[in-house]
Amino acid sequence: MGAGHAHALYRPGTSPLHRIAPECKIAATLLFVLAVVATPREAIWAFALHAALVIGAGRIGDLPLTVMARRLVIEVPFVAFAFLLPFIAGGPRIDVGPLSLSESGLWGGWNILAKATIGLLATVVLASTTDLPGLVRGMERLRVPRVFTAVAGFMIRYADVITGELRRMSVARRSRGHDPRWLWQARAIASSAGALFVRCFERGERVHLAMLSRGYTGTLPALDKHRTPPAEWLTLALPVVAAGVATAAWVA
Amino acid sequence: MTPALELRSVAFAYPGGHQALFGIDLTVAAGERVALLGPNGAGKTTLVLHLNGILTAGHGAVAVSGLPVTKANLREIRRRVGLVFQDPDDQLFMPTVRDDVAFGPANLGLRGDELDARVHEALVAVGMEDHADRPPHHLSFGQRRRVAVATVLAMRPDVLVLDEPTSNLDPASRRELREVLEPLAVTILVVTHDLPFALEVCPRSAILDGGTIVADGPTGELLADDDLLRAHRLELPFGFDPRAARR
Repeated sequence: MGAGHAHALYRPGTSPLHRIAPECKIAATLLFVLAVVATPREAIWAFALHAALVIGAGRIGDLPLTVMARRLVIEVPFVAFAFLLPFIAGGPRIDVGPLSLSESGLWGGWNILAKATIGLLATVVLASTTDLPGLVRGMERLRVPRVFTAVAGFMIRYADVITGELRRMSVARRSRGHDPRWLWQARAIASSAGALFVRCFERGERVHLAMLSRGYTGTLPALDKHRTPPAEWLTLALPVVAAGVATAAWVA
Repeated sequence: MTPALELRSVAFAYPGGHQALFGIDLTVAAGERVALLGPNGAGKTTLVLHLNGILTAGHGAVAVSGLPVTKANLREIRRRVGLVFQDPDDQLFMPTVRDDVAFGPANLGLRGDELDARVHEALVAVGMEDHADRPPHHLSFGQRRRVAVATVLAMRPDVLVLDEPTSNLDPASRRELREVLEPLAVTILVVTHDLPFALEVCPRSAILDGGTIVADGPTGELLADDDLLRAHRLELPFGFDPRAARR
C-alpha cells in the first residue's frame, strides 16, 4: 500500500529492451501470448522453446531469473485449479505411485500451467522493462481508443495520490487507538472507505474544473507525434518465431 | 487602457441557495499585481472561478482585457486567464510533466514543434525543464506547485490567477515560487491569506469578506491597519511588522 505501489513492477534500466518503443513491445507480447495459446498441448518441446524465447527476452532486458521466478508467484491462485484437474477429471486413468490420475486431466492441467506461466512471463518482461506512462503511450500508438488510454492514464496518475490518502487515513485511525483484529471492528475501516470514495469524487470534480480551465472541451488532445523507428518493429521477430514453433507443433 | 480584469457588481449564489458573492467591483490594470485577501469562506475561490467562466455570475459582468466572459468567448477567455489551483494534484493529471504542460496549449490547437517550444518555454520559466519526463508524483510538493504554474504559463495567459499559492509550501519553496513569479510579464492576481507573501509579491491588495470587497489599496497600508485586519479575521504572523518589512 506504499507510495509507488503501482509502479513497483518497473525496473529502471538501459538495456536494449528498455530502449525499444513501448508499442513494439506491447504488440510483440500480445502476439507472442497468442502464439503460445495456439500451441497444441501435446507438443512439450514447443513449450520449452517458447519458454526459452521469453526467458531470453528477459535476459536481454537485464531481468534476473530470480526476479522473473518471484513475479510468477502471482499466478499461484489461478493455477491451483490446474493441479486439481488430474484428480477430478474423468476418462482413462494412470497410476503414479499411490495416486490414480486422470490422463486427460493431466494434459488439461499441464496445458493451463504451461500457457499461463509462459504468458505471464511475457507480461513480466514487458512490465519490468516499460514504465507505466510508456505503456499508456504505447497503447495510444497502437490506436487503442483514446478513452481507454485516458482512463488508464488517470488511474496511473491518481493511484499514488489515493493510496497516499488512504495511508494517511489509516495512520490517523491507528493514532487514535484503532487496532482492528476482529471482523466486527471493521466498521471504522468501512467508513474510511466511504470517506475515501467521497474524497475521490470531490477530487474528480476539482480535476475536471482544472481541465476546463485549460481549455478542455471533452476530448483529450493527442500529444504524441512520435514515429516508431521501423527497425524497432524487429521486436516482432519474437512472436513470429513463436508462431513458427506453434505451426511446426501442429504439423508434426 | 483596457483593464486586464474588470468585475462589475458581480453577484453569485450557489444552486443550493447559498449566496457567496454580493456585488463585487474590482478593476485590475494590465501588468498590475494584486492580492485578494480574505479569511476562509470569504468567497475567494468562488470569485476566482468567475474569472474564467467556470461559474457564471447571476448578476453583473466580468471582462478580461475587454472581452466579456460569456459562453461564446470561453475558449479565448480560458487562454487569457490562467488559473493555478490550490492543490497541484488537482491540476496535474497527466502521466508526465511534459504531457501536462502540453495539455493547455494542445487544447488551443498547437501541435508539433510549436507545442514543444511552448512546453519548454513554460518549464524554463519555472525552472523545471530538467523534470519534463518525470511523473508528477515523483516531484516534491514545491516542484509540483511550480509545474502547476507552468501548465498555465504554457497557454501564454494575460492574467495569472493563483489560488492560495503558498499553502503547504515550506519557506524555501515559498521563496522559489516568489522568484518564479517575479520576472513574469503578466498581470497577477494572488488569492491568499498569507499576508507577508501578498506584501512581497503584490503592491496592491483587496480584502474580500462576506462576499464583498471591503478594502482596496496599497498592500503595505492595508496590512498596517490593525483594526481593518482584525475586523476581517486576517492576522499577520507573530513578530511581522509590515512597516519594517522592505523587499
